[in-house]
Amino acid sequence: MRVLVTGASGMLGRATATGLLERGDEVTVLQRRPSGLPCREVLGDVADPAVVGRAVRGQDAVLHLAAKVDVTGPWAEYVAANVDGTRTVVDACRTADVGRLVHVSSPSVAHAGTALAGVVAGPADPARARGRYARTKAVAELDALAADSSALAVLAVRPHLVWGPGDTQLVGRIVERARTGRLPVIGSGAALIDTTYVDNAAAALVAAVDACGPVHGEALVVSNGEPRPVAEVIGRLCRAAGVPAPRRRVPFGAAYAVGAAVEGVWAVTGRRQVPPITRFLAEQLATAHWFDQRRTRTALGWRPRVGLEEGFARLRNWYLRTAPAT
Amino acid sequence: MRAPDTRAGGAAGLPPALPGLDPAWSRLVAVADSSGAKHTWHVLDNGVRDPVGTLLCVHGNPTWSYLWRRLLAAAPPGWRVVAPDHLGMGFSDRPPGPRSLRQRIADLGDLTAALGVTGPVVTVGHDWGGVISLGWALAHRQDLRGVVLANTAVAMPEGDLGPALIRMANAPGVRAAVTVGTPVFVRATTALSRPALPADVRRAFAAPYRSPARRRSVGDFVADIPFSPGHPSRPVQEAVAEGIRTLDVPALLLWGPRDPVFGERYLADLRSRLPQARLHRYEGASHLLPEDAPRYAGAVAQWVTDLGTGTAEPPDRPAGDAARRLWSALDERSDDDAPAVVEVGGTTVSWSALARRVRDLAAGLAASGVRPGHRVALLVEPSADLTAAVYAVWRAGAVVVVADKGLGFAGMRRALRSASVDSVIGSRPGLAAARLMGLPGSRTAAGRASRAALRALGAAATLDELEARGRSAPVPAECPVDDDCAVLFTSGATGPAKGVVYTHRQAAAQLELVRATYGLTADDRLVAAFAPFAILGPALGIGSAVPDVDVTAPGSLTAAALADAAAAVDATVVFASPAALRRVGATAGDLSSGQRGALAGVRLLMSAGAPVPASLLRSLQEVLPAADAHTPYGMTEVLPVTDVSLAGIEAAGEGEGVCVGAPLPGVTVRVSPLSPEGTADGPLTDRPGVVGEVCVRAAHVKDRYDALWALERSASRDPGFHRTGDVGHLDPDGRLWIEGRLQHVVPTASGPVTPVGVEQRVERVDGVTAAAAVGVGPPGAQVVVLVVVPSEGSPGRRRRRLGLAGPDLAEAVRAAAGVDVAAVLTASALPVDIRHQSKVDRGEVASRAARVLAGARAPRP
Repeated sequence: MRVLVTGASGMLGRATATGLLERGDEVTVLQRRPSGLPCREVLGDVADPAVVGRAVRGQDAVLHLAAKVDVTGPWAEYVAANVDGTRTVVDACRTADVGRLVHVSSPSVAHAGTALAGVVAGPADPARARGRYARTKAVAELDALAADSSALAVLAVRPHLVWGPGDTQLVGRIVERARTGRLPVIGSGAALIDTTYVDNAAAALVAAVDACGPVHGEALVVSNGEPRPVAEVIGRLCRAAGVPAPRRRVPFGAAYAVGAAVEGVWAVTGRRQVPPITRFLAEQLATAHWFDQRRTRTALGWRPRVGLEEGFARLRNWYLRTAPAT
Repeated sequence: MRAPDTRAGGAAGLPPALPGLDPAWSRLVAVADSSGAKHTWHVLDNGVRDPVGTLLCVHGNPTWSYLWRRLLAAAPPGWRVVAPDHLGMGFSDRPPGPRSLRQRIADLGDLTAALGVTGPVVTVGHDWGGVISLGWALAHRQDLRGVVLANTAVAMPEGDLGPALIRMANAPGVRAAVTVGTPVFVRATTALSRPALPADVRRAFAAPYRSPARRRSVGDFVADIPFSPGHPSRPVQEAVAEGIRTLDVPALLLWGPRDPVFGERYLADLRSRLPQARLHRYEGASHLLPEDAPRYAGAVAQWVTDLGTGTAEPPDRPAGDAARRLWSALDERSDDDAPAVVEVGGTTVSWSALARRVRDLAAGLAASGVRPGHRVALLVEPSADLTAAVYAVWRAGAVVVVADKGLGFAGMRRALRSASVDSVIGSRPGLAAARLMGLPGSRTAAGRASRAALRALGAAATLDELEARGRSAPVPAECPVDDDCAVLFTSGATGPAKGVVYTHRQAAAQLELVRATYGLTADDRLVAAFAPFAILGPALGIGSAVPDVDVTAPGSLTAAALADAAAAVDATVVFASPAALRRVGATAGDLSSGQRGALAGVRLLMSAGAPVPASLLRSLQEVLPAADAHTPYGMTEVLPVTDVSLAGIEAAGEGEGVCVGAPLPGVTVRVSPLSPEGTADGPLTDRPGVVGEVCVRAAHVKDRYDALWALERSASRDPGFHRTGDVGHLDPDGRLWIEGRLQHVVPTASGPVTPVGVEQRVERVDGVTAAAAVGVGPPGAQVVVLVVVPSEGSPGRRRRRLGLAGPDLAEAVRAAAGVDVAAVLTASALPVDIRHQSKVDRGEVASRAARVLAGARAPRP
């Protein structure tokens, strides 16, 4: 099968493209910078119709991961990358007669800040989603699913809190802050959260490329299906990285207030570095969000192969091997 | 959202979009009445063609057909459900004048003719819709297949002035000014609901009644209730009330006992007119039963489905021979002067004296008006008086109703009221409680009391007076063995206590099994520190002693009190609850050598009522050195099912759950396998290792639940078997293992998880003294959470609130659990039930855990 993967430079995109290559698919990747993957590569902006059109032509399926995942930056950049980028990909799929589009989304598109306990994927809600990333991703998912038709099967997949060796987003930031003592436990630390080990998320996306067609027009959350209290998850990640787990506690209300202040300062001053806390982050660290995986597993014919324990062990090995470099 | 009724006019219209109401059900039908005038009706109709039957649902005042939406949604296959709005009500036309009861019954007939409703028809009526539905039923006997009534009345019981609330709505001045002029009556009706109705549902009920013009019929309806003998609708109402005595179709009564409009006396009146009626009382529900007990819809659907199958075959279930009656030993030992009942520190009654007293008391009860089948509540502490009273009631052919104090006052009140007792025998505190509970019927006082005290308690006589009267009265004939003998109540640990009815045959079978299982002979003497067994010594044919403690308060029995009771009868057998035995073990140090000697004569120790840990039985070997420790497994509905000795428990070793032994002779145990959602739907099997709801067939299973038709139907849906609500499995050696309660099964995405085995493994972890395994999340996708009580001195301070366990404890618990554990929480104690103080309230644990694990509540953005 010929498959285009957009956004293959990130941890998940790279792992997924590798998974497709390993099983013998003809893979093209599209991102700004060279990925180093042993496959055809198109470099450029995912919102550029000419670049995307070139990459999409002749494909059987498109797996669209490219997105701006940051927590800061101007609204316009999120819109360009997440909304315009997705529209460009959808249009290109239509023009090039590609039959399947797997749109990679995020559970945050349907998370309005309240506790989610064992829920299925709710509809994306741009008005209530929290933060620029989640809101633009919500718009993008609605656009993508709206394009679902007999000619183009569209499936939205939302991997939840992906982590693993080499992760600079979630694990990298947590470990860095814990190392410098800037990572408190927010609230009780008891909120149950689901996470996804990267190999499981990649396998789910590969499965989604195959399932897309018979399964279409819906959104599926992907996770390990092993929710744990947030303090425990962070503690285990820290332990794997060989840094002390956070002990200091900050009440949720205080963290939320500081997050609001920080967002204000960042907005006024136009700072670009990663802020210490945002309201979105405070909520994510203090409110339950875990998901009913039954529909996802049936629809994709997939199950996570790497359990949490095994994932933590692999992360530990990776840190042991790379410790001198970090 | 604007409802059509905001127009001032009176024309019929379709309702707006309302919660739970399928717009496809609504139709408007123009029908000419007897005067030739055409009126348009609004009718909910599921539109089934060529139905196997029709449910004709008639609402009362001031509701409308919206009341029946759940019944339309739950209609059994092939059944048409038709629910009209009366003319002048709901979304039907507002005709010019008031319509009388006679007219309304005729109107309904005109409508069903226009709708082409033919038999078989089951009428369903609520509130004043009950009379109208029954009026229709009497006029259409050829089509009638059954009647269903919910919180209604057809007549005012003698001396009754009618429901106070309705009278108020009809009072001079109030009807026009308030009932019609304001929405108060309409809103007040939906305010009666328990639990409170959601605001959108209350708005839906008020939707057709938004202006005084739209409410005119609400007032007319109230005015048409024949409170006084001269009322024009009185003859019609009386004709219906008398007519239904001649109905020969099945009837189902669904009742909300918290109804301030139609109280217990209206239910009693209906039952006297429809003696064939099955009854289900939805405890906690009020007047608007279809709202307060949404499960009613499933019950009605089941009931009408059963009408269709019409199976009257008796279930395949063994029947006891009842060769011995409950009083046989009294007859046989009527010349024996050995002690039959000993109150420690009180009276000793010989077999001969007890036999004589029971006979005379039975005759006295009969002479005072207690008839066979009457229900007699016994509010007497365990004592010689209680024992005599129980056997006398049985000998008089009446039914004992026993609710123990462990239920608490509110629980006892609910239980005893549900049993519709005909009279009460009580000690002074018992009779005072009976008055506070508002129990009906005559009163008899146990113990001595002055005339003034008797009057104050409302008692006509004392037991001693009845006994004296009975000496010159004929002894009643023995009642048939298949008559009811007792109404007992479940513990109420999981919801309101349920009434359980036994017949004499079933009770005799139970006693015969107990006698055979434990080899009891006339040479045995029993110390019964376990409420139900405190009175069963005479029926078992053995002498018994009641310790000088409150046997209904577990934990009040000391080792010394037990020893004194044992010494009083030279006991060979002790029966006590595990909570009582824990206290006995803890106070063993206080025993004198004489007391130790009395306990050394005990050959058999039985403990039941809650799970009995082997460690507890082992610890009692020091106190009761010669006793073989046994624990029968069973419940209020069937006891015993199995039995296991301490040696048997030790031989079984560790497994998933608690080994309770093999089924006793004549007892068949099967399991109904669990579905992924944690319900027990599978066909019964005895395949080893299959986990499911434990189902029991035996001669001594209860006859039925009392006044709980839907529960009884569900618990006995496998013919001949009783569903226990416990979950477990049989092992290859035929032993039963109990793994928890069905409602405590955790339905995870990878299948159902039962709690007991997990808890046992976790409780073996160092530093854990108690554990509860519960689920959080939606059924089918739940995750397992363990709440543990750390032992003293272990890391983590004691705290009332649940908190996260530290990493080491969490890891140890996870390693031991044997299932995926999402979170490990700690608590300083686990909530337990009031009655046994030993059953962990896992439902409460689960809801606390769910709150903690949901994390913080985010501020509104």
